[in-house]
Amino acid sequence: MKGWMSRIKAVFALSVLALILSGCGEPFLSALQPRGEGAAMIMELMILSTVIMLFVFLVVMIIYVFVVFKFRQKKGQEDHIPKQTEGSHALETLWTVIPIILLLILAVPTVQYTFALADMNPEVNEEGEENEQIWIDVTGKQYWWHFEYEGLDITTSQEIYIPTDRRVYLSMISDDVIHSFWVPSVQGKMDVNPTGNQNEMFIQAEEEGLYWGKCAELCGPSHSLMDFKVVAVSPGEFEQWVEDMQGVTGEEVPESDTAQDGQELFSDNCLACHAVGSSPNKVGPNLTSFADRDKLAGVFDFTEENLYEWIDTKGENMKPGNMMVDAPYDLEEEEIYQIIEYLMTLSPSEITPESAENGVYQDSDLSNLFPEEEEEDDEEQEDENDEVEDEEEE
Amino acid sequence: MADDMLKSGNLPENPERATLEGRNKFLGFWFFLGGETVLFASLFGTYLALRNSTVDGPSSQELFGLGLVFLMTVILLTSSLTSVYAMYHMKNNDFKKMQLWLGITVVLGLAFLGLEIYEFVHYVHDYEFGYTTSAFSTAFYTLVGFHGAHVAFGLAWIISLMVRNAKRGLNLYNAPKFYVASLYWHFIDVVWVFIFTVVYLMGVVL
Amino acid sequence: MSTTANQKAGFGSTLWEYLTTVDHKKIAILYLIGGLFFFLLGGLQAMLIRIQLISPDNEFISAQFYNELMTMHGTTMIFLAAMPLLFALMNAVLPLQIGARDVAFPFVNALGFWLFFFGGIFLNVSWFAGGAPDVGWTAYAPLSIFSEGHGVDYYAIGLQISGFGTLMAGINFIVTVINMRAPGMSFMRMPLFTWTSFIASVLILFAFPALTVGLFLLTFDRLFGGNFFDPEMGGNVIIWEHLFWIFGHPEVYILILPAFGVFSEIIPTFSKKRLFGYSSMVFATVLIAFLGFMVWAHHMFTVGLGPIANSIFAVATMAIAVPTGIKIFNWLFTMWGGNIRLTSPMVFALAFIPTFTIGGITGVMLASAAADFQYHDSYFVVAHFHYVIVGGVVLGIFAGLIYWWPKMFGTMLNEKLNHWFFWLFFIGFNLTFFVQHFLGLMGMPRRYWKFLPDQGLDLFNLISTIGAFFMAAGTIVFLYNVIVTQLKGEKVSGDPWDARTLEWGIPSPPPFYNFKQEPLVRGLDPLWVEKRQGNGKIQPAEPLGDIHMPNNSFAPFMLSLGLFIAAFGVVYQGSMWVLAAIGFAITAGSMLYRSMKDDLGYHIHKEDLEKEGDGSNG
Repeated sequence: MKGWMSRIKAVFALSVLALILSGCGEPFLSALQPRGEGAAMIMELMILSTVIMLFVFLVVMIIYVFVVFKFRQKKGQEDHIPKQTEGSHALETLWTVIPIILLLILAVPTVQYTFALADMNPEVNEEGEENEQIWIDVTGKQYWWHFEYEGLDITTSQEIYIPTDRRVYLSMISDDVIHSFWVPSVQGKMDVNPTGNQNEMFIQAEEEGLYWGKCAELCGPSHSLMDFKVVAVSPGEFEQWVEDMQGVTGEEVPESDTAQDGQELFSDNCLACHAVGSSPNKVGPNLTSFADRDKLAGVFDFTEENLYEWIDTKGENMKPGNMMVDAPYDLEEEEIYQIIEYLMTLSPSEITPESAENGVYQDSDLSNLFPEEEEEDDEEQEDENDEVEDEEEE
Repeated sequence: MADDMLKSGNLPENPERATLEGRNKFLGFWFFLGGETVLFASLFGTYLALRNSTVDGPSSQELFGLGLVFLMTVILLTSSLTSVYAMYHMKNNDFKKMQLWLGITVVLGLAFLGLEIYEFVHYVHDYEFGYTTSAFSTAFYTLVGFHGAHVAFGLAWIISLMVRNAKRGLNLYNAPKFYVASLYWHFIDVVWVFIFTVVYLMGVVL
Repeated sequence: MSTTANQKAGFGSTLWEYLTTVDHKKIAILYLIGGLFFFLLGGLQAMLIRIQLISPDNEFISAQFYNELMTMHGTTMIFLAAMPLLFALMNAVLPLQIGARDVAFPFVNALGFWLFFFGGIFLNVSWFAGGAPDVGWTAYAPLSIFSEGHGVDYYAIGLQISGFGTLMAGINFIVTVINMRAPGMSFMRMPLFTWTSFIASVLILFAFPALTVGLFLLTFDRLFGGNFFDPEMGGNVIIWEHLFWIFGHPEVYILILPAFGVFSEIIPTFSKKRLFGYSSMVFATVLIAFLGFMVWAHHMFTVGLGPIANSIFAVATMAIAVPTGIKIFNWLFTMWGGNIRLTSPMVFALAFIPTFTIGGITGVMLASAAADFQYHDSYFVVAHFHYVIVGGVVLGIFAGLIYWWPKMFGTMLNEKLNHWFFWLFFIGFNLTFFVQHFLGLMGMPRRYWKFLPDQGLDLFNLISTIGAFFMAAGTIVFLYNVIVTQLKGEKVSGDPWDARTLEWGIPSPPPFYNFKQEPLVRGLDPLWVEKRQGNGKIQPAEPLGDIHMPNNSFAPFMLSLGLFIAAFGVVYQGSMWVLAAIGFAITAGSMLYRSMKDDLGYHIHKEDLEKEGDGSNG
C-alpha cells in the first residue's frame, strides 16, 4: 500500500514539474517570458500580486484544513451541540485591516505602473536629451494589420519592424470593428477602436527577436487568425531597413520574364487594393516586403501551395470572412503562378525576420532617421554610428 | 373581507395604503420608478455623449426654439398639479371630483403629446432632421421619444382606469391603482424637467 | 393542490395548473425546469467548444459556428441558466424563510417567469433562422452592428424580453422581503439567503435598466437605422461598452450574492453552529453590492480611458476584496469549533471556499490595471470568471438544490450519487479551468476558434478538454439522480437535515398556503431557537383563521406569448409587421383583461384547514 502511494506521489510530482516547466510558454509569445520593457514591468506587478495573493490563499487554506479535520463530526458525538458563538470583534477587525494593508501594498505600484505605461513623452537618453520619437500609425482591419511610419515614408502590413532598446510609439485606430493589439512577450494590449477613439501606447523590445502579436478583441470569424509579428532588430539593422524600404517605388522591374508578366497582371488585378512601396492605400495589406514575410497572411506557412491557394480562392476558407473574397479578379492558373513569381521578388532589404533571430547586433542612435537633428550632430559622432559593431546577443 | 374591498364609500384616510395589496403596490411602484430612473439616466448619458455628433445634420442651436418647449413644459407641469388635486379628492373620498381632475390631467397630457408630435414633424419637414440624420438626431429622438412613449402609456393607463371605475366608484381595491398611476404621472413630469434643462436649455445655450 | 394531488390529476390538468399558477413554489419548479434545460444546452455548447480546442489547428467546427456557440454559451449560461436557477431557489425558499404565505406580487412573479421563458426560447430560435448571434455575449459594437443575418437581432430582443421578466422578479422579491415578513422576523433576524437575495434583487433593479437601454440602442441601430454606434454617422462605440458593463458588473454580484447566501445557510446547518459574525456578513453583502456599481470600467482598462480613470477603477475594484474576505473568514470561523457533518451540500460548500478564494485572488490580480493589459481578454480572464461563476455560483446552485430538494419536492436526492456528481464535477472543473490561467499568460486570447501549433499551447488545451468531459459526466450523474429519486418518490420529513431556519418548520413539500397560522419568530434561526428553548415547533402568531389566496391566471402566459410573437415582426419587418401587430394586441389585451377584472382571490376557510389535521407549523 505504501509503495503504491509513494509511486503515485512520484508520478504526481513529476507531472507537476512538467506542468510548471511547460507553464511558461514560448518566449516569442508568452507574457511570462518578458522580452520588453512593458512586459517586464507588468511581470513585476504580476509577481508581486501573485505573492500577496498566495499568502492570503495559504492563510485561508491553513485555517480551512485545520477546521475541516479538527471539527469533523466524530463517532458518538452526533448529538454534540457546539457553543453558538456570535462573532468576535477582534478577529473581524483583524481580517478587515490586514487585507486592506495588503491591497494598499498592491495598489501603489499598480497606480505607478498604470501611469508609467501611459507615458507618451519622449525618452531621455544618457546625455539628458530627449530622444526623437518613432511614431507608427497602426490600423486594425478585419483580419490584418497596417503600419505607417510617421515621417519616414514607410508602409508595411502584418510585420512591424522596430529597433531594440528604444521605445516605439503607436497611434492606433481601426477601420472597421474593435481590435486589440497584443504582443504578450513585449507589451500588454491596447484596444484598437474605430473613429474618434484613437489610442496610444509604446512598445519596446530589449532583445532582438521575432515576436508574435495577436488580436485580442473578438472581431469576426477569423479573429483567431489575425496574428502579426513584431520584428525587433538592432538599431543599426533598423536604420538599414528604413533606408532600403524608403527606396522602394513599386515600379522596380524584376529580372525574369515571368515575373515581369506577373507584375503586369499584378498592376491590372491587385494594385487597386495592394500597394507596393509607401502608399496611403490600405484597402488590402501593403506588400512592399512581401517575400520576406515570416508567415503568409499572418498565420500560414509561407509556401507556394499556400500562396497559390490564397490567390486562387481569395482566402475564402483559409481566413473565413476576410474581405478579399469580394475582390473582382478572375485569374488562370498560369497567371497566378506569374503573380507569385513577381511577389517573390518583393524583397527590398537584407534585413528580414531572420536578422531578428540571428542576433547580429549593429548599434546606432538612429539620428540618421531624423534629418533636422542630423545637421546639429558633428561629423565624428556620425562616423561612429556608421561603424558596424558586431555583438553577440546574450 | 373580499366584499369590503369592492365597497365604495366610507374609506379610511389613506385608502391607497389601507390593504396589504395596496402597500405592496405602493412600495413596488416606488422601486419600479427607481429602475426607471436608471433607464432615463442611461439615455441621458448617451444623449450627452452624442449631442455634438451632428455630422452634416442640423445642430441643437439651429433646431430648438424655446417658445414651444416652454409651453409644453407649462402644460405638463400643470397636469402634474391637477393630478395632485385628483389624489386630494381621492383621500377625501370624492370620486366625482377625482374623475374630473383626472380628466383635466388627461386633456393636458394629450395637449402635450400633440405639441410634441407637432415639434417632431416640424423638425423632420423643415430641417430634414430625421431619426437617421446623425448620431445626435438618433439620440435626441430616442431620449425625447422614450419620454413621449411614457406619456402616451400614462395617458392610456389613466383613461382606462377612469373608464373602468366610472361605474364602480372608489374602493379599497382600485384606490392604490389610481394612486400609483398618479405617481407615474409625476415621475414623467420630473423626467421632462430634466429633458427641458439638459436637451433644450443646454442645447440652445451651450 | 399539493404536489401529491397533482400526481393523481391528469396530465392535462397538471399542465394547465402550471401554465396558470401564481404559487411561488410551483413557479420555482418552472424556473428549475427552464433553468436546467438551458444549463444543459449551454453545457452542450461548451462541450463543442472544448472539442474544437482539443488540438491545434482543429477543423472540427467552422469559425462562424464557433463564434455562434461561444456567444450562445455565455448568453445562455448567464441569462438563461444561472439566473433562473437562482430564481428557482429564491422562489422556493425565500417566502418560507420569512414566514410569508406568498410573495408580494404573485401575478407579476408568474409573469416574470414566462417572460424569461419566452425570451430564452426566442433567443434560441435564432439557431433555426439563419444562425445564432456570433459576436460574443458582450456584443461589442460595431461588430454587433455589422454582424450579418438576424442573429444579433434575436440576441437584442430575446434578452430584452427575458430582461423585463428579471426586473419584475427583482421588484417582487424586494417588496416581499420588506412587506411580507412574519411577526418577529426583523431585518436582522432574516436568514442570510434571504438577505443576499434581497440585495441581489436591489442590484437587479438598478442594473438591468442599463442593459435595457443598451439593447434598445442596439435594436434601433440594427433595425431602424439609428446611429448610436455607427462611427461614420458620429456614433460612438464606447457607449455600448459603458452601458453593458454598468449592467454587467453588478450582474456578477446578482449571481454570486445568492450563492453566498446558500452557503451561509448550509455551513451553519451542517456545523451545528450559528453563522459567525452575522451582522458583519450582512454588512459585507451590502458593501459588495454598493461597490459593485462603481467598478464597471475595470472591464475596460484596455479601451483607452486613460491612466487616471484606470487607477481609480483599479483601486475601487481592489476594495471589493475586503468584504469578500470578511465573508470567507466568517464561514471558516462558523465551522471552527463546530460539529461538521460531511453531507453532500456541505461538501459542495467546502469545495466552494478554496475555489472561490482562487477566483477572488485572480480577481484582485485582474484589478491591477497595468497588469490587466496582459490578462485582459486572454484565457486568464476565462479561467478567472469560471472560477467565480462555476466555482461560486454553480456550486452554490447545486448545493442549494440538493439542500432544499426535500423542501421543494418532499423527496431526498441519493447521497451517494450526489457525492459522485460532486467529485466528477469538481475534479473536471479544476482540470478544465486551472490550466487556463496559464494558457492566458502564455499568450492565448479568449474567443479563439483555433490556436496554432508550436506555440506551447497544446498540452493545457488538451487537459482542459479532458476536464470538460468530467464535468459533463458529473452532470449526467446528477440528472440520473433526479430522475431516479422522483420516480421512487420516497417521502421525507419536514426537517431531514436537522436545520435551523423557518422553512424547515413546515411539512415537505409545504402546503400551498405555506403556513396554516402565521409563525411567530423568536430569534435568529427560529427553528433552532424552538428546538433549544421550546418544543421544537414554530409557535403561531395568530389563531387559526381564513387564509386569503390569489387566483390562478393565464394572463402572464398570454402576455409573454404576445411579446414573443411580436418580436418576430420587429425582427423581420416588411409584411411580417402583421405579426408585431397581432403580438402586441395579444399583450395589450392580456394587460387590459388583467386590469379590468376585479380579481380578489379567494379564501381557504378555517373549517377546511381544521379538517386537514395537524399540518401545523412543525
